[in-house]
Amino acid sequence: MAPPVGTAVRRSHVGKKKKPSARYWQESQEQQPGEKEENKSEKDGEQNKESQQEKRRRPKKRKVEEVETHKKKFVSGKSDPFPGPVIVPEERLKKFRRAEKSKKPPSGQYKLKRLMAHSEVTTEMAEKQAARFDLLLPEEAGFLEADEGEDTCTISQEDIAEAVDITSGAKYFSLKLSQFGPYRLDYGRTGRHLLLGGRRGHVACVDWQTKKLMCEMNVMESVNDVKWLHCEDMYAVAQKKWLYIYDSKGIELHCIRQFNDVLRMQFLPYHFLLATASATGFLQYLDVSVGKEVAAICTKTGRLDVMCQNPRNAIVHLGHPNGTVSLWSPNQKEALVKMLCHQGGVRSVAVDKTGTYMVTSGMDKKLKVYDVRAYKPLQSYFLPAGASCLSLSQRGLLAAATGDVVQVYRDVWTTAVTKPYVAHRLRGTVWGLQFCPFEDVLGVGHGEGFTSMLVPGAGEPNFDGLDANPYGNKKQKQEWEVKALLEKIQPELIGLNPGELGKVDHASFQRRHQDRVEALGYDPLAKEKFVPRYKKKGRSSTGRIEKRKKQVAHEDQREVIKQTVEDRMKVEKERLEKEKKEASLSSNTSALDRFRK
Amino acid sequence: DKQRTRRSINRIVVLTNADDEEELMEDLNVDDGSVDSGTEEPDCDGSERKRLKLLEAISALGGKKKRRIGERSEAAVNMSEFTVNAEGEGDKIQLSDLIQSANETQTVPLKTRKQLKHLQQQHNTLDSPLSKQETQRIQRDVAFQKTAAEVSRWKGVISQNRQAEQLVFPLNQESAGPKPMERVVTSWRAETPLEQQVFALLSANKQPTLDPVLTPVEKLSQRAISLEEAKIRRAELQKARALQSYYEAKAHRERKIKSKKYHRVQNKAKRKEFVKQFDQMVKTDPAAALEELNKIEVARMQERMSLKHQNRGKWAKSKAIMAKYDKDARKAVQQQLEVNKDLTQKLVRSLNDEEEEEEEEAAVGEPELMPDFVNQAESGLDSSNPWMKAQLPEAYAERLEEESVGVTPEKAEMEVNKAEEEEEEEEEDNREEEEVLLSQFEQRRKLSRLQEADVKLVPQVENQEEEDAAQESSDHEEEVEEEEEEVVEEQLAHFTSLFQAITKNSQDDGAERAAPVQMEEGLVRIRTVEDVELLTEDLVAADQPPQSDPAPPAENPPSTAAAAGKSRKNRRGIELTEVLTKDTVDIDVPLGPTVTETEDTSEEVKGQRGLISEAFAGDDVVADFIKDKRKHEDEGKPKVVDLTLPGWGEWGGTDLKPSTRKRRRFRLRSVPPPPRKDQHLPSVIISDKRNSSITLHQVESLPFPFTNPSQFESTIGAPVGRTWNSEQVVRKVTKPKVVTRLGTIIEPMTQEELMKGKQ
Repeated sequence: MAPPVGTAVRRSHVGKKKKPSARYWQESQEQQPGEKEENKSEKDGEQNKESQQEKRRRPKKRKVEEVETHKKKFVSGKSDPFPGPVIVPEERLKKFRRAEKSKKPPSGQYKLKRLMAHSEVTTEMAEKQAARFDLLLPEEAGFLEADEGEDTCTISQEDIAEAVDITSGAKYFSLKLSQFGPYRLDYGRTGRHLLLGGRRGHVACVDWQTKKLMCEMNVMESVNDVKWLHCEDMYAVAQKKWLYIYDSKGIELHCIRQFNDVLRMQFLPYHFLLATASATGFLQYLDVSVGKEVAAICTKTGRLDVMCQNPRNAIVHLGHPNGTVSLWSPNQKEALVKMLCHQGGVRSVAVDKTGTYMVTSGMDKKLKVYDVRAYKPLQSYFLPAGASCLSLSQRGLLAAATGDVVQVYRDVWTTAVTKPYVAHRLRGTVWGLQFCPFEDVLGVGHGEGFTSMLVPGAGEPNFDGLDANPYGNKKQKQEWEVKALLEKIQPELIGLNPGELGKVDHASFQRRHQDRVEALGYDPLAKEKFVPRYKKKGRSSTGRIEKRKKQVAHEDQREVIKQTVEDRMKVEKERLEKEKKEASLSSNTSALDRFRK
Repeated sequence: DKQRTRRSINRIVVLTNADDEEELMEDLNVDDGSVDSGTEEPDCDGSERKRLKLLEAISALGGKKKRRIGERSEAAVNMSEFTVNAEGEGDKIQLSDLIQSANETQTVPLKTRKQLKHLQQQHNTLDSPLSKQETQRIQRDVAFQKTAAEVSRWKGVISQNRQAEQLVFPLNQESAGPKPMERVVTSWRAETPLEQQVFALLSANKQPTLDPVLTPVEKLSQRAISLEEAKIRRAELQKARALQSYYEAKAHRERKIKSKKYHRVQNKAKRKEFVKQFDQMVKTDPAAALEELNKIEVARMQERMSLKHQNRGKWAKSKAIMAKYDKDARKAVQQQLEVNKDLTQKLVRSLNDEEEEEEEEAAVGEPELMPDFVNQAESGLDSSNPWMKAQLPEAYAERLEEESVGVTPEKAEMEVNKAEEEEEEEEEDNREEEEVLLSQFEQRRKLSRLQEADVKLVPQVENQEEEDAAQESSDHEEEVEEEEEEVVEEQLAHFTSLFQAITKNSQDDGAERAAPVQMEEGLVRIRTVEDVELLTEDLVAADQPPQSDPAPPAENPPSTAAAAGKSRKNRRGIELTEVLTKDTVDIDVPLGPTVTETEDTSEEVKGQRGLISEAFAGDDVVADFIKDKRKHEDEGKPKVVDLTLPGWGEWGGTDLKPSTRKRRRFRLRSVPPPPRKDQHLPSVIISDKRNSSITLHQVESLPFPFTNPSQFESTIGAPVGRTWNSEQVVRKVTKPKVVTRLGTIIEPMTQEELMKGKQ
């Protein structure tokens, strides 16, 4: 875990929150005793009144009560001031809300009722537990606070780096790599490792916190994009012609010729899919766990150099020069959704961690925020120079690069922002931009190398050690890999709504059969067509052949009719039998009933 | 010989049952006849033999009786081996035979004789024992009942076990966990002085000495409420129940009252009360008042969704027919429509300026969300249609009213021809033309009004509804049944109207402000790219920070844009430029970019042409997109298949067209598909292709206990894995149903188990 920026504060503008965020026990402690006391006093008052009234009537009773209360007091020594389990606040419960509750089943269906009740109870328990365990996420995000009359965006990186502790301060650095041209970059899932890919062939992977170089090489080809695969042992490099996969020592593992002219890549970590967008307009998916191409989709929209993924549902977003953003899954040959976002071409797209918001920037120098669930625009901004690269941090900060300036915005979707939160000028034009996960760091690849910026409040302070552990040792990493492979989600399950799998399919039988036929490649229920045999001596004249065909058809039909009639008879018979049985059960019949007419 | 036969006949009479007597008598008569004839005729062997045969036959009629074997006197068919034949050998001894002799003998005492007589008269004999099968059946029955009763004692235990989340076998295990000391150590005493001291202390303080936890009695006493409390509680409950029942009875009684007047009066009172309450609420509790308002809003929505007070019900249709001749019917329909109007009118919440602004914004934002059918302006007369209300300004409505006389016959004509599709299209064109004309009228009117400079809100024209009466509806019977609801609705309607009256002033203000915008509204049709550009330029020019100052010049362009948008929307329902040129927020950038992007190598790669095309991409972006969307929509639409064969069944030729009737008959139209998901999103195309890959993994039919999908989905929707749940929950959720311990014998349940359960 990154020590939150600004623990040792000397300057005024960088610091932790002065007032620590409210904890639930504070509230409850403050409130509960108060309420208790009130209640108590009220109760006491009532009791007193009652007792006064009762005293006249039956003083004996009062005595008994007294004795009882006396006893109670002594039983467990001290009374618990907060009896029962700690109450989980409603707000927090809401955060962990599971599937919606359905209506209670009508009376009579005992089994269903029991089942539903059980599931409800367990769900509730799970929610409560999860809410309770939220307590174990103690870290808080940092933030930047300006003096009065000062903007946070005017605070320079040097100032921030000076103000924060040494370890955090060391995270502000620049790598001067002017030789091999503008750099693309990628942080690993844990945020420990950094992959740099220079346009002119320089590829390097670094453990950037310790500044340890893991490998460095020149692929002697132009490099379009670099991407880590599921762990820090492998990465993919989109080179001039093919897609290559290297390991962390720089050894070439694969050259994948099926993937040519790749411009941008995205890795879907839970599906083990590497999605690539090529200059020829192909969107391809490579399953890196088995090394198979899962899907290749011709988007028919020309060069694809804008790409991002929706981390919620693993849908790939592509930006096109005609101002549209299209959403793709490997299961459909056409775009799931096309949205017209800009009047000019789309330059960059980013989707936030929760999959709720999409930020796009276009040639019309606008920056737009969309709600991707409803496909509706939320905010629209006008940037004087237009943003060439966008990146969203885990906590929802937006980094936009305009030329050689990087600006970071806060709360772009809820409120109309007029000023950036942090701004920083670099040496060269920005080429790649990414927030480092679990760190308050923004990595910028530009013409003159790489710069790591400090952006307080960017990273998620609490990490899930079982999902992405920045401090995991080798053993843990191995174990994680095995588990992740076991829990790999199949690419068929990618869709706009990730909860679709839990729904009941309402489609008709025909529809489903059609799907099945498509999946299998043949119709399992189809009947073989009758082809009449060729006979000699004029017995295969057209008329004869027709006759034979008809005969066969008649025979088939007869069979069908026979079958249906039989079925019907059977049903009828069963019904009659049942009726008889019922009749015999319902009334007391004597043996003589058989003579009855 | 004769005598013997007589006797035998007598015996037969004695032996046969009373039931057969008559039958026998007949036989005997026949017999006598024969005998008589026998006596009359001289004895001959043949007749004698016949007679014997007959007798045999008669005796055989008697049933199970043994065949009487005659005395061997002469040659006969049936002869006994023994010559001696006792008289009455085959007979049963009757009681009367015995008694007779007893009566005759004097030695038998009188008492005994009486007893015997009495015995003779008694007829209640014991039943013969049941057959073996029957007794066995009864025994089986009884045994079954007994066993069933015994077995049913286990029912509870079994159902409990079935319902149990987890069963651990063997069943009677010692419970793990801490046990009270006295159970573990039975004979233990405090011996050392320290122990003794400790126990002395404990006993002095009345602390439990043996069990560190509570004793069961203490536990019980802790849990139990006192008798007094229980009594009070019970009394309270009783009272509550009684009150409830009284209230129910009262309500029932009141509901049964048939007097309409009574209900009217009561409703009125209720309404008054409600309004009063609301007024108070506004003062005291604004939050609750707002909630109340929300309720009204919900009622409005429901009304709009339903067709309750409109012109499609049975009752309304009948009334509509009557309306021509009957004044009351007209009135009733009108009243109903008024209710509808009141219910569907939107409340203008102009409590403060901010909200008003929001509303205006919403109004600007709304057009893109409106469905297409708003623009079709089908009748223009239907005032009950809230959409029309929203769309048509008052002037237009008035205009319509004036013209309606001219319009209606046309419309009727059109309706007659509705079947013809081609004509329908023409009709649509007609309508559109009309619409254009009307809007032009409207514009002129408005302009003249502007000159007159009296801008005010004309109240909704209500006379209009008279014409509409022919169409309006609601089911009368239903209405009667749902009086209760009606009351609420009326209340709400009344209240809405009141509320509108209250907020009229502010509304007027709003209207005045909105008026200029409406006046400038015209049919500015965007046909060319230049137009779009112009619009956008305007917008860019107008783009100024909205918070700073809403200057008058800045206000103008958006209004025109909005107007243009509206007009265009009238044409085809979506307005893309509006979406694209949504008011943007300018961002002040402290550091301007110094380096112009000369190093854009990707663009170098693309080449000059790509650059140019990209630079001018924005020009036809919108048009392209609209075209694309149209294409997608058309693809989804079902195609009309024309199966007419020209010349089939009628004359064919080059100039001859198949008749319209035939064409109509052979045109196959499939069911229209469900509405597209993107029908309200002008700038989005959502593919409606089915994701067949996931359907292979989905559940097709509901599994057993579930009756509707939502139940199943809610159950299956809760995650089970460790990724989403805490360890405890995972363990609980994935508990195995049955746990057995390795190496232990699982004995069947014993009776003790049952007793334990009972305890």
